[in-house]
Amino acid sequence: MGQWAGYLQLIFDGAIVTIQLTLMGSALALVMAFLAGLGRLSRFAPVRWLATAYIEFFRGTSIFVQLFWAYFVLPLFGFSLTPLQAGVLALGLNVGAYGAEVVRGAIKSIGKEQYEACTALNFNRWQGLRYIILPQAFVLMLPTFGNNAIELLKASAVVSLISLADMTFQAQVVRAQTGSTLVPFLTILVLYFAIACVISFAIRGLERHLTRGLDGIRS
Amino acid sequence: MPVVDGPPIIEINGISKSFGAFKVLNDLSFTVAPGEKLALIGPSGSGKTTILRILMTLEGIDGGDIKVDGDHLYQMRHNGRLQPADEAHLHKMRKKIGMVFQLFNLFPHKCVLDNVTLAPMLTKGVARKDAERHAMELLDMVGLADKAKSMPAQLSGGQKQRVAIARALALQPKIMLFDEVTSALDPELVEEVLNVLWKLCRETDMTMLLVTHEMGFAHDFADRVLFFDRGRIVEDGKPDEIFRHPKQERTQAFLKKIIAAGHRV
Repeated sequence: MGQWAGYLQLIFDGAIVTIQLTLMGSALALVMAFLAGLGRLSRFAPVRWLATAYIEFFRGTSIFVQLFWAYFVLPLFGFSLTPLQAGVLALGLNVGAYGAEVVRGAIKSIGKEQYEACTALNFNRWQGLRYIILPQAFVLMLPTFGNNAIELLKASAVVSLISLADMTFQAQVVRAQTGSTLVPFLTILVLYFAIACVISFAIRGLERHLTRGLDGIRS
Repeated sequence: MPVVDGPPIIEINGISKSFGAFKVLNDLSFTVAPGEKLALIGPSGSGKTTILRILMTLEGIDGGDIKVDGDHLYQMRHNGRLQPADEAHLHKMRKKIGMVFQLFNLFPHKCVLDNVTLAPMLTKGVARKDAERHAMELLDMVGLADKAKSMPAQLSGGQKQRVAIARALALQPKIMLFDEVTSALDPELVEEVLNVLWKLCRETDMTMLLVTHEMGFAHDFADRVLFFDRGRIVEDGKPDEIFRHPKQERTQAFLKKIIAAGHRV
């Protein structure tokens, strides 16, 4: 039994890396989602093209290939990244592309009458977006953002392929050293699920918090 | 209350507007004197609401010219020549005009007080404390001071519309546009909104344009009534002339229909 404690410790270390990747990747994805989502709604055609090109490219190619580019190909052009940086970059850009469409869709779903009220009250475009449109649209984005964050968590397992010691990587190490598949992979199965549950509950809590009062029942 | 002599505050000169193949406004001209209370009546689709939306810059015009308070609304002078207005010019012009919508268009994620204070704070740089004090006066005027912390979803339609009126007044515009502000309300809630309009009409010298189907109220409220049909002004006169002795056949037919539908004129 004593040997398993050491191996479990390895997997927990990996879990920390996975959580780091998920948090930082989600942060980058959130930024990219808003940049590209707002970019697609820009008045300026070149900005729209740039945003569309980003979204289509990162949605249309494999996260696996993107990660290998970030880690193995970029150094050929003089950009060397640590495995963690490469992982965050690939995951953030990939999931951000999906998030951008969520941002765009939510903003488009806010009724014309809200924009007209902004004009009648003489807000400029930025003020209307910042104070009226985005706060209402953000609530609509949250459930899908939760999905995206969980997708990102699960996709983060690919970083084990560039030798980053995440949870999946450590499980493989333990499997190689002990010959047992059941114990390490059952452990990470449970851990992935637990982290995903935390994300779900956090998003749901945030949603409840932000929609308080909108439906007429305010405590 | 008084209609001031002097140059008109709104000059509409030969404007036209089409939505696709449908010509809503056709070479339309009229002026409004400062302080005048104007009622715009007529059948649906006659272009009344479109005029208010054009004045609020929610719709552009296809031709013609509009001056508000001496300045072109959709054009500006640059190096001595007239050019299409840019955002800065529109921003300047919108300061003169406020609008209340049929469906209130309140911000559902902001409480009543924030709905009223947000625009003065953002667009005029009013400090929160001053904006809130002014907002409370306005909410008191519309009879909703006790609802300042409520969310719009907790209010009745009539209360929402009174908040919307306070919100538009908070910017202290010279001109107020009321677009069928009681049409979406349950009948028993109409009066509380009309009472607020009545108070404004009696106590302020704001210029007001009112699009309405409440003929009885239009009669009492307005200094002057314009009857619209198919994008043109069919008849223009004092309320008594329009409602009691309409000259045009079209006006007579319209009023007859309205009376048959049970409205007081």
